Amino acid sequence: MANLDSKIPQGTLEQKWTTYKTSQSLINPANKRRIDVIVVGTGLAGASAAASLGALGFNVKIFCISDSPRRAHSIAAQGGINAAKNYPNDGDSVDRLFYDTIKGGDYRARESNVHRLAEVSNSIIDQSVAQGVPFARDYSGYLDNRSFGGAQVSRTFYARGQTGQQLLIGAYGALSREIERKTVELFARQEMLDLVLVDGVARGIITRDVTTGEIHRHAAHAVVLATGGYGNVFFLSTNAMNSNVSAIWKAYKKGAYFANPCYVQIHPTCIPVHGDYQSKLTLMSESLRNDGRIWVPKSLEDVKEIRAGRMKPINIPEEGRDYYLERRYPAFGNLVPRDVASRAAKERCDAGYGVGSTGLAVYLDFSDAIKRLGKEKVEERYGNLFQMYEKIEDENPYETPMKIYPAVHYTMGGLWVDYELQTTIKGLFAIGEANFSDHGANRLGASALMQGLADGYFVLPYTIQNCLADQIQVPHFSTNISEFDEVENHVKARIEKLLSINGKQSVDTIHKKLGKIMWDYVGMARTKNGTAQAIEMIKQLREEFWNDVRVVGKADEMNNELEKALRLADYLELGELMARDANLRDESCGGHFREEYQTDGEAKRDDEHFMHVAAWEFTGENAEPKRNVEPLNYETVKVAQRNYK
Amino acid sequence: MNFTLKIWRQENAKAKGRFEIYKITDISSDCSFLEMLDILNEQLVDKIEKPICFDHDCREGICGMCSLYINGRPHGNDDDITTCQLHMRKFKDGQTITIEPWRSKAFPVIKDLVVDRSAFDKIIQAGGYISATTGGVPDGNAIPIRKTDADTAMDAAACIGCGACVASCKNASAMLFVAAKVSHLAHLPQGKIEAHERVQAMVKRMDELGFGNCTNTGACEAECPKGIKIDHIAKLNREFIAARLGAQLPKEGGSVAI
Repeated sequence: MANLDSKIPQGTLEQKWTTYKTSQSLINPANKRRIDVIVVGTGLAGASAAASLGALGFNVKIFCISDSPRRAHSIAAQGGINAAKNYPNDGDSVDRLFYDTIKGGDYRARESNVHRLAEVSNSIIDQSVAQGVPFARDYSGYLDNRSFGGAQVSRTFYARGQTGQQLLIGAYGALSREIERKTVELFARQEMLDLVLVDGVARGIITRDVTTGEIHRHAAHAVVLATGGYGNVFFLSTNAMNSNVSAIWKAYKKGAYFANPCYVQIHPTCIPVHGDYQSKLTLMSESLRNDGRIWVPKSLEDVKEIRAGRMKPINIPEEGRDYYLERRYPAFGNLVPRDVASRAAKERCDAGYGVGSTGLAVYLDFSDAIKRLGKEKVEERYGNLFQMYEKIEDENPYETPMKIYPAVHYTMGGLWVDYELQTTIKGLFAIGEANFSDHGANRLGASALMQGLADGYFVLPYTIQNCLADQIQVPHFSTNISEFDEVENHVKARIEKLLSINGKQSVDTIHKKLGKIMWDYVGMARTKNGTAQAIEMIKQLREEFWNDVRVVGKADEMNNELEKALRLADYLELGELMARDANLRDESCGGHFREEYQTDGEAKRDDEHFMHVAAWEFTGENAEPKRNVEPLNYETVKVAQRNYK
Repeated sequence: MNFTLKIWRQENAKAKGRFEIYKITDISSDCSFLEMLDILNEQLVDKIEKPICFDHDCREGICGMCSLYINGRPHGNDDDITTCQLHMRKFKDGQTITIEPWRSKAFPVIKDLVVDRSAFDKIIQAGGYISATTGGVPDGNAIPIRKTDADTAMDAAACIGCGACVASCKNASAMLFVAAKVSHLAHLPQGKIEAHERVQAMVKRMDELGFGNCTNTGACEAECPKGIKIDHIAKLNREFIAARLGAQLPKEGGSVAI
C-alpha cells in the first residue's frame, strides 16, 4: 500500500497552522515573477486563489468554461457563509466551529485541516467586507447572522438569499483587478481536457476552445484545479449544467488519488422532480429551515386526499400534522444536518406519507413564521427564494407550504490532498469542492463557501510557495515538447472516436440511464449487493456508450453535444469508482448510508475499521483501482456517536 | 402543448444567419423554456441534425448565462425572470415563438443564439471593484454601515450580468449594468475611496467597447430580471459629475459634494 504523507505539521492543533507559516519556505517577489501558475476554474476557490496569487506576483493563467468567470456555480449558493466571529455573543469560537464541522462530518475529516479552516474563517468575512460584499446588517450598522444546520449558534453571514453570488462577485472583482494589472491572464470558454506531466510533475494542461473547437496547450510550473464537484454524475442534481468531473478525473488517471468518492451530499430541501424532461433540480436554501417547519400529514387518509387534489395542506389542522424533525430531534429540530434531514424525509415518504402528485415530497411551511414575524420580514429574509419557487411551481409559498424533496447537491469526495492542498502528483493542487479535505462524510450548511474562500485566499497562497520554492531556477516551460504532443494527440483521438461512433442513443439518453443507476444504488440508501450490482451495470452502460452513442456535429466548431459526450465518458468511469467505494465502506457515516449499518434509522459508524480516508489509485484502463488508506487520528476531539436529539 | 418555433441559426461569427422554423408537440405546461429547447435538440439529434446552441448553466436564475430574446423581449414574456425561469405555461397552445440572440454591436454572435459578452468583463476590469488585496484589512465590524445603505448596495449588487439591459435598449446602452456596479460600491464606505476613479474608468471603457448612449427610455429597468432600478443610473450620473468636478479642483479642496 502506498504511503500517504498528509504532511500534518507538528505541535498542538492550535499551533499547527502558525507553526507551518512561520517555518515554511517563501519565494521573494523577484522570483515569484519567474513562476507560472495555471488555475482551472473561476468559482470561489479558483477566483480567490488566482487573485491572491496574482497580487503576490506570480504569473497566473486562469481558465473557465463559461463566457465569464462570474458564471461559476459558486454563484448559486444561497444561504450563507460560516465564521467563528461570535458577534452575536452566543458562545461561538474557533474551537466550536472546528468541533461542529468535525462532528457534522461524522468524524471522517482530517482534524488539522478543519482546525485551520475554522482559524481562517474570520479573515474571510473581513476580506469580503473590505471588497464591498453587501452582507445583511441590522439597524445599528453591524453585521447580522443567522443559524444553519448542525450548529446551536448563529454564525452564518449572508447577503439575502444570494450569498454565493455576492462572495463570488467579490472574488471576481479581485480577479478582474489582477487581470487589468496583467498579473493574471483570463481564458474564457476554454475547457480543460487533460493534464500534462513532465517527469512526473504537473506542468500544463490541454484545453479546447468551446467556441471554435481549437485545441490549445498551456504550460506552467504548477497547476491548480478548482473545478468543483461531480454531482452531475447523477444527471439530476442542483449543480449547474456545465459543472463536471472531467478535470479532476483526468488528474486521477494521471496519478492523483481520488478520495472518498462515495461521499455525496443529498440536500433535503430541493424542489421535487416533476417530469422526465427535467434537466436539473433547484435548491431551496437551508436557511429556510431557520423559519420554516417541515411536516407531512399524520394520517394516510389525509395523504390520499392531498395527492388526489381534494384537500389542501392549509386545511390540515395542527394536530393532523407530523413535524417529524421536531419530533425525532427535539434539540436541533428543523436544523439537523443535511444528511439527517434528507434521510428523515425519505423515511416518511417510503412509509407512504409523502405528498405531491408523486408522493415524493414533504412540506416546508412558513405560516408560523409569517404569523410571528410578519410577511414583510419573511420577504426580506427569503424573498428571492420564494420568487424562484413560485416561478417553478406556480404556487405562492406565502400562502401554501412549499413542497420539497432531497436532491444531490454537493460532493465531499474529491482529489486527495495533503495539508498543503497538493495532490499525490507533484505540482498539482486541488482546492474548493474539487478536493476532499474538510467536510468528512457530510458538509454542514454554509461551510462550502467558507472552505472555497479559505483555500483560495488564505491557505494555497502560503502552501504553494512552500511547494514551489525549489522551482525558481526552473525556466518557463515550452509547450513544444513531446509530453504535450502525446497528450494532445490522445485528446484529439478521443474526440475523433466519439464523433465516429454514430450510434443510436443521444448523450443525454445514456446520461439519464447512468443517473438512474446512481440514484437507485449509490444514492441516499445503499447496500452491499446494490452497489455491487451498480458496478456491473455501469460497466455495461459504458460499453453501450462507446458503441451506441450518437454525437452529431464536428470537432472544429461550437458543439455542445461533443462537450457533453466528453464529460459523460468520464462520469461513466467515475460512477463505477463511487459504487466501488460505497461497496467497500461497510459502515454508515454522514451522507454515506448503508442500510445494513443503522441503529433506529441513524447512521452507524464502524470506527474500528473505517476511521480512515479511502484514497483510490488508478492502475490502468479496465484494471481494478487500488484502495489506499489514510488513517484519521483524532488527538483533540473525542469521537462519539453523533447525537442531534 | 404545441408550438411553432422560429429560431435564429448562424453557423459561426462570420456566417450569415437566418431563421429556421421548427414544430414541437406534446410539451407539458410545467416544462421550462430551456427544457423545451432540450427536447427540440434531442429531436434534432435523432434526425442527425445539428442541435441549437444556446447559453445556459445554473438554470435557476442566478448565473446570468442564459440570454434569449423571445417574442421581442429579453428573457421572454414574464417579469423578474431569466430565460431559464420562464415556463411554457406562460404561452398559448399553438403559439408561434420567435427566438433570437441578444442583439448589440458589443455582443457579437458566436453561434446560433450564443453571443460574446466579454465586453462586460472588460468594463468590470476597468475598475468595477474595491482594490482590497488579500489580507491586511480591518475587522468586518470595524466600519458600521447604515442598513439602508447596505440594502441599497445589495439591490444594485443583485445584477447577474446577463445583458438583458443592453438587449432591451434601442441604443444598446450598458448604462444600467455599469450603474449597478458603480452604485453598489458607491453606497459603501469601503467603495468611496476609489469612487471617482472607478466611475470615470468604467464609463470610458463602456464607451470604447461600442455600447450606445443612454436616452432614459427605461427599457432596461422594465426587462432587468433582477428588478434593478434606473435610480442607479441617476446615482452613476451624480458620481460621474462629482468625479469630473473633483478632478478639476485643487487637491486640498477635495471633491465636491453633490
